[in-house]
Amino acid sequence: MCGGGNKMKLKGRKIYKGTAEAEAIVTKDGISFYGGVDPDTGKVVEVGHELEGKSITGKVLVFPTGKGSTVGSYTMYRMKKNNTAPVAIVNKQIDTIVAVGCIISEIPCVDKIDISFIKTGQKIIVNGSEGTVEVK
Amino acid sequence: MKLTSEELDMLEGKYGKAVQKSMEILTTLGEIFDAENMVDVYGVQIAGVSYANLGEAGLEFLSEIAEDGKVRVLTTLNPAGMDRENWQALGIDEEFAKNQNHVIDAFAKMGVITTCSCTPYLIGNTPHYGQHIAWAESSAVCYANSVIGARTNREGGPSALASALTGITPKYGYHLDENRHGEVLIKVNAPVNGTDEFGVLGKIIGEKLGELEKKIPYITGITNATVEELKSFCASVATYGGTALFHMEGITPEYNRYPKPSNITVEINQEDLDKTRSELIDEDLEIDFVSIGCPHASIHEIEKIARLLKGKKVKKEFWITTARPTKRIADEAGYSKIIEDAGAKFAADTCCVVAPIKGRFKGIMVDSAKACYYGRAKNKFKVKIGPVEECVEEAIK
Repeated sequence: MCGGGNKMKLKGRKIYKGTAEAEAIVTKDGISFYGGVDPDTGKVVEVGHELEGKSITGKVLVFPTGKGSTVGSYTMYRMKKNNTAPVAIVNKQIDTIVAVGCIISEIPCVDKIDISFIKTGQKIIVNGSEGTVEVK
Repeated sequence: MKLTSEELDMLEGKYGKAVQKSMEILTTLGEIFDAENMVDVYGVQIAGVSYANLGEAGLEFLSEIAEDGKVRVLTTLNPAGMDRENWQALGIDEEFAKNQNHVIDAFAKMGVITTCSCTPYLIGNTPHYGQHIAWAESSAVCYANSVIGARTNREGGPSALASALTGITPKYGYHLDENRHGEVLIKVNAPVNGTDEFGVLGKIIGEKLGELEKKIPYITGITNATVEELKSFCASVATYGGTALFHMEGITPEYNRYPKPSNITVEINQEDLDKTRSELIDEDLEIDFVSIGCPHASIHEIEKIARLLKGKKVKKEFWITTARPTKRIADEAGYSKIIEDAGAKFAADTCCVVAPIKGRFKGIMVDSAKACYYGRAKNKFKVKIGPVEECVEEAIK
């Protein structure tokens, strides 16, 4: 971490290239794209999930790691095509489902970030090519 | 990761879009898991074939890849959502059938052999001991690693496809000796016989590994096991424990390649088998569907079913799910006629896990612990496990 005041830049690992700037939506729960997210509405539908009923469309989705079926990679692709996908993903530790989902859907993605520094509603910039996350 | 000049060219797009996307997937996975380099694969098994799982977006992705992607190695497919020839008789709707065929056509355009089976090792996609492969389909991964001694990680649909289009996979995980050692000693102190009982054993061991947070069991006490029993065990231990590799003393080829684990020991007795079997038999059960072939039935199993059904009539919906090449052998041997004359149905290319049959039946009887899991979770059936003989009896009574 570097920078002062309200600004900080977190350095992680590049998973998929590209940059995006948007509001963060943060959860402490894992995300299962297959079955846990509705690809038509962009809302989390997993019962009991911290984000249940919330939309992840157009946001930077920040969560610890992925879980569930490998079909989830295709669900992410479907969300991208439906314009319901998040614009970028930040993880504490990437898993193969989300990594492959980001690559085939071309969603910028960074992992190895201490996500406790990021709060829902903050504007953040994800640079997937450099592996950085900037909190404005 | 160290890449060869050809691999770098593939990553830079000199071999087209599909190969470039594939290399992005493989190099990213390699970096996540600290692979030093890629390794050539002998063959690939792709999952993510049923239109019920893929949906329109999955189909669109595959169609895009098929524009310029061609497989470089022997590649076969997991079961689809329907029998490609006999779907109408199995109650599949026309719209689903059309979309399912588009998925399979996209794979065919890439040069994939569209066999649609979870048992590629029975129908010619058969690696040898020590060969590197990239397989999806958890039961087949477990069979290849454990029973054959080939080497694969548990791939997902897109990563397996990426290996098919490039002929390589990142060398980490189960490709390396150091990750193939047994971790838990499992002593089985009771006789285990039949596909159903090997499935019961797989559930016990799978769940035990989950509790211990371990991956690789070393199993003793099994004196004999057939291909069919091992394929049932693989499907079960992979379903209930996520297990991709086990060693079985005197049975599997790598059991004495690594040290026998001694830190953690688990004993399995007759009462454990009985208790777990009872967990796979629901109460208030009304069976209206019998299905054999999870994983896909071998020709040996089909021969046995034909023997049991000869001259009888089934009174319940009875499916035998298998690979189409196996069905063709059954046709030529005369088994198919005996089975179909008894009123049972072949469902080739598909199975009771991936076919869109949710809610169509009340209770299913099977000889497979994996089929019990998905029968309950995905299709909302009540379930009963039993030996093949009892499954056939249930269908004709």
